This record gives sequence, structure tokens and C-alpha cells, in this order.
Amino acid sequence: MSLGSVPLKYKISIDRDQCMKCMRCVDNCSYGVYRIEDDKIIIDSRKCTACHRCISMCPRDAIMLQERPVDYRSHPLWTTEAREDVINQARSGKIILSGMGNAVDYPIIFDRLVLDACQVTNPSIDPLREPMELRTYIGKKPEKLDFTMKDGDVELNTKLAPNLKLDTPIMIGHMSYGAISLNAQLSLAKAVAKTGTFMGTGEGGMHEAIYPYQDHSIVQIASGRFGVDIDYLERGAAIEIKVGQGAKPGIGGHLPGEKVCADVSCTRMIPLGSDAISPAPHHDIYSIEDLAQLVRSLKEATNWEKPVFVKIAAVHNVAAIAAGIARSSADAVVIDGFKGGTGAAPKVFRDNVGIPIEAAIAAVDQKLNDQGIRNEVSIIASGGLRNSADLAKSIALGADAVYIGTASLIALGCRVCGSCYRGLCPWGIATQRPELVERIDSDVGSENVANLIRGWTLELSELMGAAGLNSIESLRGNRERLRGYMLDEGLLDVLKIESVGA
Amino acid sequence: MCGIIGVIDRTMARMDGSSIKKALSLMDERGSGEGAGYVAYGIYPDYSDCYAIHVFFDNLLEPKTNVDRILQKWGRIVYQEEIPTYEQPNLKREHIPWRYFFKPYTDLMVGTTNPDDDNVKRLVMTINSTVEGALVFSSGINLGVFKASGWPEDVANFYRIEDYKGYIWLAHNRYPTNTSGWWGGAHPFNLLDWSVVHNGEITSYGTNRRYVESHGYQCTMSTDTEVVAYLFDLIGRRHGLPSDMVVEALAPPFWDEIDEMPEKQEEFMRALRLTYGPALMNGPFAIVIATKDGIVGFTDRIKLRPLVVGENDSKLYISSEEAAIRIMDPDVERIYMPRAGEPVIGRVTQ
Repeated sequence: MSLGSVPLKYKISIDRDQCMKCMRCVDNCSYGVYRIEDDKIIIDSRKCTACHRCISMCPRDAIMLQERPVDYRSHPLWTTEAREDVINQARSGKIILSGMGNAVDYPIIFDRLVLDACQVTNPSIDPLREPMELRTYIGKKPEKLDFTMKDGDVELNTKLAPNLKLDTPIMIGHMSYGAISLNAQLSLAKAVAKTGTFMGTGEGGMHEAIYPYQDHSIVQIASGRFGVDIDYLERGAAIEIKVGQGAKPGIGGHLPGEKVCADVSCTRMIPLGSDAISPAPHHDIYSIEDLAQLVRSLKEATNWEKPVFVKIAAVHNVAAIAAGIARSSADAVVIDGFKGGTGAAPKVFRDNVGIPIEAAIAAVDQKLNDQGIRNEVSIIASGGLRNSADLAKSIALGADAVYIGTASLIALGCRVCGSCYRGLCPWGIATQRPELVERIDSDVGSENVANLIRGWTLELSELMGAAGLNSIESLRGNRERLRGYMLDEGLLDVLKIESVGA
Repeated sequence: MCGIIGVIDRTMARMDGSSIKKALSLMDERGSGEGAGYVAYGIYPDYSDCYAIHVFFDNLLEPKTNVDRILQKWGRIVYQEEIPTYEQPNLKREHIPWRYFFKPYTDLMVGTTNPDDDNVKRLVMTINSTVEGALVFSSGINLGVFKASGWPEDVANFYRIEDYKGYIWLAHNRYPTNTSGWWGGAHPFNLLDWSVVHNGEITSYGTNRRYVESHGYQCTMSTDTEVVAYLFDLIGRRHGLPSDMVVEALAPPFWDEIDEMPEKQEEFMRALRLTYGPALMNGPFAIVIATKDGIVGFTDRIKLRPLVVGENDSKLYISSEEAAIRIMDPDVERIYMPRAGEPVIGRVTQ
């Protein structure tokens, strides 16, 4: 052990005067921070992930958690993290895994965009007294209407392609059964059913428990094709082909064997306890033509009754790729930005590959607009949306709707501790251990998630009303309603917005 | 603010511009002296087979040479002259208004159902976006826009509006709140046969603008109203929707109302909204649009701007104020206010 160990990250302490030794901390910590010795609670701070489960459950508020001061020699280049990563890799020779979203301190573009509000000459609209329309249709739209006039009556010749009807432009992104627990997924499914929107199943197939909510589910096909059969395709309200993911563009997926319990193995159609590895590429997609073939095959298989989406990670030439996808018969392109969450990703990918969702939405929207096909295909944006302002800004930059992932998990208790890949999530979310999974009551959880969606929806209505808009169509791509604050000219040009004061 | 008024004589009997000048001046409280304008249909019977292209030139040297060159490349200039103007003490002459009577070479534009119109539309966009010091502000057949920065009576006297006779007139008194008052920003806005006067602000402008720009239009006048003329040209002329249907696309019923419609109508309205979502207009507005066959007036979906309609025999009036209609026609009958989003249509009867 020539390298020794790296210092612990967090320091847990208990106010012994307050503690009543109820042992809830011991019971709740799945990482083994607490144990009992001689009627005393002993703390092993090294095991702590800052998941906050113990703190939330302590009836006496007796537990304190601090990031532990680091006593390395300070250095602007060789940060603590850089040094510790080297030490850990020197020891293991392995790829460093990470969970949740990008943890590098990049500037957040959303926070440098400001929204508009009406004053005097154009009255703002009060959503409590006037109609406010957030209804969103996701799917192909015709370029123009074809109709004939017959005896003064209009005969519509255009047949609309199938669209998903959303009561609010917020959907829940794809998190598979396996990556998250059944109770977590069930909470999300119940929440979207309550709020008139949709959730993604992820690439893990669809568990029977989700069947009652299948009309609100978008089934996913990733390169591993786990759980995919005709029954699965027919259950979904829409089908999504996952090519890339924001947290790890260019690589596949990996569900460790220890998370593949009997139920997961059955749902994914893979052997019990086996690693579920999605390859980096789809082995039948090496071009837009190949993608188009898969899109049309899926439509053919489901009788052309379901929209088919294609999800890609936001990368440098995302606009050109999205334009190709739009021409592949796909009904929507999903763009996942590089602050998107994940159950497990190599840290080097999560923190360094891809581009921010704000720039990706604007670039894709502009490219499709330049080609005159923007309204014919929908854009769904995801990857690091934290609140209703991010949502409103995404739509103003050009998205039709968004997927939220991490935010919906936080509504279920997640504290973004970033240890999802270990399968020990004390909140019962990113785990398959029965004793942890049962910590989520899906009825309660669904109400929390539904509340989050309702809250954002109300705030979006207010933001729209303030901008004098009573229809979501008029916010979509409305760059006039945005200004850039302390953004450089290059980025303003990509976003196609003006500076504050202009 | 802003005052708008429009009138059509459905029998196509031509009226001179004196009474609409009076009506517009009555609404001076709605303006700030920074923009006023008029458009009249049927004023150029001698050139009724030519496009009347009105241009503001900064000077008659380089800008005009460039415009001449572009026009001559794509068609024939049948006649051209400076638009007669008469100095007004309160109006600063900032541009030289010029008019061309122009016939495009149809065979240069293929693959379109309206080659002449598409040709002229492209010319207008090209000149306005590439020729510095020139701005085409009127391009229809047998019609003309006359506008400037000034009060309604000064602008009318500048062009001597009463000398023109038309069967449709629109007029606008501007109170600019978003952009500066300049000649190009005064209303009416025109493209081909479409002319628009507008009271209000279009909060969906960014979305509408991107939509028309993706179909080959270029917004160059720094004012939200311009986009309305292009929306009507795109959806009305190129996509072939009748005017009432264009209004339904631009100011559609709310989803709750659509949901309650009979099945066939519901299907149509849903298709219309899905297809033309980016054309939906938001914000406070009252708009009157003219084309050679008639006029259409409508407001935003929650009616944040006033609009009054009056009729007298073959004449239909649409205005911001009843008084403006009454001063034009003291015998006017059937004064009413249309509901939010409801199109008021006056068509010529031939």
C-alpha cells in the first residue's frame, strides 16, 4: 500500500446530547456509516456519500455533515480531485465510474439568459383569469393543409400523423427498470398519468406493473435491444430509439449483474445476474439510411400508429445530425445535453464529452428552420433542467417539450449524492435491494413528482402570461423573448439572441 | 395606441382619399407624429397589368442604379417616376419616394403556381435585404402605399392623398413603442396584394418571424407588423387558404373550444393549429388586412385592442374608433364590435 488512502470526503458527527439512540441512522444507511458497539453509535465517515438519508430520518436533528477540509498543498492546476483521481487510478488501473450529471464547474448558460415581461404597451396576461394553453402535440406535422371546398363545407384531405398529446410540455426521461427500482418507476408512471404527460421506460423493457400506465409510456430501444418484442412495442404510446445519451455520448450502457435480479432479468429478457451491456453503436445503424430503415421498420411493425423518436447526445455537429434524423421519417428528435444525469458513466465522459443543451437546442432549431422543416418534426430537450425557468428558456430557444430526469428523482428523495452505480441507494431509487426499494411508496412518490410537474406548469403559465403569451406555440423558438446576459458574441450568435439592453 | 381605419366599397366604386384623411386625423390622440400612412386599391387603372413598386430611396445614385439593375434583370420597367410630393412644414423629407410599373418575365420563375407573384416577392426580399439606401414598401398590382414619419394630415398633404381614387382604403396613425419612428416602420405594410395596418404589439413576433423566414421571407423593417403581411402571403396566397381560414390559423379558437366542436370541425381545427402553430399570433392586436378582393379585420384571441365595424350600403368600415367611422360617413348603420378573434370580412361583389 505504497500510495496509502485518499482522505475521506465527508465528516459525520452526532450531537450526543440530542441523540436518543433510536438507531434510525443505523437502519437507514445502506452504505454502512453507522454501527452499534456496546450500545453506542459508532461512525465510519469514510463510507458516507452525503446522501442525507440519515439526516432526513433523524427525529432529533442530531446528525451533522460537513465536507471535510482537505489539507493538500493548494494548487490551481492539481486540484484535490485531479490528485485523487490519479491516486485511485494508479492503484486500480481502471476507468473511474460516476453517477448523476456532469460535476465540472462549467458556466451554466441558462443562468445567463433572461426572460422578457410586458409593461404598459402590451398587457401581461393573468393566467388565473384568462385561458393559458400549454397543450403540446409531439409528432410529425404537415407542411401545409390539403383540403377541398364542397358546397361551402371544408373537406380535409390531409391525414395527421399520430402525435402524442401532452397537457404540459414536461415529460419524464428514460430511466430503465434496473437502473432504478420498480417502485421509483411506478411513482413516475403514476405521476405522468395524473398530469397528462408521458415518461420513458428506458432500455429495460416494461414491467407488468407499468402496464396500467402504458398509454403514458414511451418505450425505448437501445443498442442492446433489452426487453424488446412486438408486445413491448405495441404497449408504448410512442417508441424511442436511443442512439446517444448526454452523460455519455459515444458509448453504450452497462447495468451491472448484481442489479439484475429475477424481476429485472425477466423484464429485460436476459439471464439472471448477468451484466446487461448495450454496445456503443447500434449494430444495424451506421448511417442515416440505416436509421431511416429502423424507424420505418418500427412504424411498420406497429401499423404506423405510433410516433417514433430518435434520441441523440448533444455533440458538436448535433444540428446536421438532427436534420438527418428529421428526414429519416422520425417524428421527434430528442437531444440530451452534457449535463444530463446517468446511473453510471465513466467520469471522463460525463465531465468532458458533449455540449450544453442550451446551445444544442438553438443550433438544431435553427438548422431545421433554415431548411424549412422545423414545424414538421418535434424537438424534445433534456439534460440538466433544474426548474421552470430552464424549461421556459428551452422552449424559447426552440424545444417543443422537455424530458426531466434528475429533477423527478429529487422529487422522490434523491439528494444527488452521485453513487447510483453502486446499487445501494438508501432512498430506494437506484437500487434493486428489496429492503431499500420498499422505502418508496409509489402513491406518495407519484404525488410528489406530480406536484413538481404541476408547480413547473403553473410557473411556466405565469412566465408566459408575463410575456404576453397565452399559447405555448408562441413561446416556441421565440428568441425575441430572451436576452443574453454576459454571454460572448460567439455564443449569442449560436443562440441567435441579442444581448441585454438590445 | 395607434389608430387604424379601413373601408371597402364592395361595388368597387372608387372613393378619393379626402375622407379617410379626415378620419385618421381625428385619431391623432392615438399617434405621436412619428408615422402615418395610407394604402388605396384601384388607383393605377392605366397600369392595371403592372406591379406598382414603390421604393424609398436615400438618393438617386447608387441605390437606384442597383434597383434598376435588379428589376431589369427579372422583368421590364414599363414606366417609372418620382412619386409626386408636396413640401410640408412639419414633415422632414428623409427619403425620395419613387414608383416603378413593372412586368416580371414569367418564364424566369419555374416550378411555382404563381410565377409572377413569386418573382416579385423574391425581388422585394432581395432589394430590401441587399440594397443599401433602398426600401420597397409597396409592390401590388393597381394599388399603392403612401407613408412617412409625420402626423396623418401632414403625410396626406405630402402625397396629396385626395388626388388618388380607390375602392379600398386603409390608413394608420402610429404610436411607436417598440422601435423608432422611421419611414419604413410606418404602416401600412405591404407585400404584393396584401396590405396590413395594425394596432398593438405582437408578442409572438420571434416565432412568427422565424416561421416566415424559413419559407423565404426576410424581415427587414424592424417592426413586428411586417410579419403579418408575410404570414398572409405564405398561408393565404401560397398555401391557398381563404382569408377567414387564415384568420383562424393566426388567431385560432382555444383548445377547450376546439374540443367541444362537432367531430369533423374539431378534426379540421386541430389539423389547422398543428400545421400553423408557428403562425399563431399572440399579444394585443387589432388588424385590418386588405387584398384586391376585399378586407379582413380581426383582433387577438382575448381582444386586448378595440375594433369597431360599421356598414352603409355597399361600404364596410373597420376602425379603432366609432367616431372615425362616423366622421367619414355620418349615415353609417349597423355599428358593432366583433368578438375576439372573429374575422370581419368585406368582399367585392363582381
